[in-house]
Amino acid sequence: MSELNELVGRPWKKPPFVKRAWLRWAMVLGFVAYLIAAYLTIEVNWARVYEGLERGKQFILAFANPDFASRSGDIWDGMIESIIMTVASSVVGIVISIPIALGAARNIAPLPVYLICRSIIAVSRALQEIIVAILLVAIFGFGPLAGFLTLSFATIGFLSKLLAEDIESMDRVQAEAIKASGAKWAQWINYGVQPQVMPRLIGLSIYRLDINFRESAILGLVGAGGIGATLNTAFDRYEYDTAAAILLVIIVIVMALEYLSGIIRERVQ
Amino acid sequence: MPVRDLKGRQVWQRRTGRESLLHWVMWLIGVAVFAYCWQQISASTTWFFVWDAPRIANDIWTRATPPRWEYITQLGKPIWDTLNIATLGTILALIMAVPIAFLAARNTTPSKYVVRPIALLIIVSTRSINSLIWALLLIAIIGPGVFAGVIAIAIRSIGFCAKLLYEAIEEIDETQVEAITATGASRWQVMAYGIVPQILPAFAGIAVFRWDINIRESTVLGLVGAGGIGLQLSSSLNVLAWPQVSLILLVILAAVIISEWVSAKVRGAII
Amino acid sequence: MLRLEKLVKTYKTGDQALKAVDLNVPEGQVLALIGPSGAGKSTLIRCINRLVEPTSGSVFLGDVDLTRLSMSALRRQRRRMGMIFQEYALVERLTVMENVLSGRLGYVGFWRSFLRKYPQSDVDEAFRLLDRVGLAHMADKRADELSGGQRQRVGICRALIQDPALLLVDEPTASLDPKTSRQIMRLICELCKERGLAAIINIHDVALAQMFVQRVIGLRFGAVEFDGLPEGLTPEVLTTIYGEEDWEATIEKVDEDEALA
Repeated sequence: MSELNELVGRPWKKPPFVKRAWLRWAMVLGFVAYLIAAYLTIEVNWARVYEGLERGKQFILAFANPDFASRSGDIWDGMIESIIMTVASSVVGIVISIPIALGAARNIAPLPVYLICRSIIAVSRALQEIIVAILLVAIFGFGPLAGFLTLSFATIGFLSKLLAEDIESMDRVQAEAIKASGAKWAQWINYGVQPQVMPRLIGLSIYRLDINFRESAILGLVGAGGIGATLNTAFDRYEYDTAAAILLVIIVIVMALEYLSGIIRERVQ
Repeated sequence: MPVRDLKGRQVWQRRTGRESLLHWVMWLIGVAVFAYCWQQISASTTWFFVWDAPRIANDIWTRATPPRWEYITQLGKPIWDTLNIATLGTILALIMAVPIAFLAARNTTPSKYVVRPIALLIIVSTRSINSLIWALLLIAIIGPGVFAGVIAIAIRSIGFCAKLLYEAIEEIDETQVEAITATGASRWQVMAYGIVPQILPAFAGIAVFRWDINIRESTVLGLVGAGGIGLQLSSSLNVLAWPQVSLILLVILAAVIISEWVSAKVRGAII
Repeated sequence: MLRLEKLVKTYKTGDQALKAVDLNVPEGQVLALIGPSGAGKSTLIRCINRLVEPTSGSVFLGDVDLTRLSMSALRRQRRRMGMIFQEYALVERLTVMENVLSGRLGYVGFWRSFLRKYPQSDVDEAFRLLDRVGLAHMADKRADELSGGQRQRVGICRALIQDPALLLVDEPTASLDPKTSRQIMRLICELCKERGLAAIINIHDVALAQMFVQRVIGLRFGAVEFDGLPEGLTPEVLTTIYGEEDWEATIEKVDEDEALA
């Protein structure tokens, strides 16, 4: 009862998220100081921004009235090239990433193989698509081949990593049951591992196809083929209606792919 | 029925005749599509350059090594700009993504047939377009510079953050919301007590995750003129200063690794 | 004090959860609502404070017809009805104190509640209630660190701090072990007696209901099948409510339990 008498009449405050008061204030002050410093170092030319509002309005209006016609040839060719790059690189990327994923799963692969595969994944993930594309364009020349190689390379890092994690978290018992039946390594993979990770592999592949298409739209900026080059030209010439048309096509295709992947993933699982 | 009678013997097959035929046709179509794609790529490739590639790669390598280390003194400001683009862009995006997520989530949207589709449209359209394209667009509108980069990153991130956030909102435990409603709380109080505490961990996770991605993306925004270290990369490439290019690539690599490490640490601390 | 008149709830799927239920609960009466799963017990309780919108009929709390109120008027009336949930329904990432104080949300404005600046009298009352249920030392623990029984005690505090006239209790013991279940039921009934509250307790466990309440309502397919004293629950009555089964054991067990207790 004495405990209660002590508590009653005392104000109550929510216990703070960060217990140590000095650390809490240091974090808040540091953050505010950073924001001020960051804001001060960004040179915003407000006059230029104000001028730009008019162009911004034009661009938004262009979305209401996109021009598919006047550069329809360029748009069509660029889109086809983007799609071709997407499909080819997804297929090659998936095919290569399956063995790498198997190698990068600690519960399947021996240590040396594991380390090699993990480092391939790390390199692929650390390098940005656009930077890889720049280097590959410098090496292989302009055109969709560089884009295709870039996307394949990026697919490997993405897919192998997620697939390897899935293999590592699979149900050990099922796989062991197959091993116990005296299966060879390849049979074990085929019967014990594959059925468990297949739905996820299909889901991830479709998701990566979606990403590859989006990425293929920018590779053209550095000369690696696809719709990006056409888009860049449209912006350079201030042809907002054509640019809007291209962006709309991209959005529609991405939406369609997302819808499709939703359906496929539902059916697989 | 996958069991078939073959000369009086029962033969088990994985698929029925129709199924396996369909299976093969699908594979055939797949292979044909891939062959066509490959042929198209091959047709627009100058194979002479490709066969020459090993020599060129070797050539670039010898020129790019060793990196020009002293150039790093000129990279301080671009790195600072890159960090700002990513951080300010993420903050702006989060500010806009929160209301959109609440409008898009099935259980909090004020109207299922008007507001929700609009919110979803914003999410899809900002998400489908790469930040480089947003940067191109913004440069055409408000001129080149860091500011265009910040806005480009912000717009690109809205859809991403709002999507993950509205999924988190749809997954909350409704009974906790019900309990708060039953006390006679107002709409906003239900939001603050019943919903926000439940999505706060997801929100923090999303913020850090997106910040990590934005660091990567902001390193290349300069290629189209939107500020940051990409600007230096672009100008070094234009004058074929390969030792500078290799140094910048190393810096970018370091930035990516550090940001991934930071975000992993922070996420670990939250969850 | 609480009066239901021809309360009907038909779900969009066409399921009729409540078929014209009439019920009168006088001041200070603790009443148990029993019946098989899907009989409409939960729906009935939620129709009273309109967490579920009734299709037709009226609910009178005192002289006010709750079914005709606007949203803001309803919120004021909800303050008079404390609710205790199955699975506790605490906001798990908030502290025990915040959960208890959330019972005052109907009384304080948004910014005060957002900044956690509750009036000192509310904080004092919260400490008193927590002390009454033996959790005063846990005030700054997060709700998900508590055990099931402790969480339900916090749930009870949250309902009581509303200063209600009526408690709506939905399966308070469904996820608790038998001993804790009994402690929680005893606590609820004691608190009702102390404060002169009426309560509707929706409960699965017939034996537990008989032990503590003054009146039992049997619900089947959304209609009242039994209304009377706990002693009136004969095997025949239970058969009409739940269907054919050997009931002797259930009822006898109660007597033994009583003797032991």
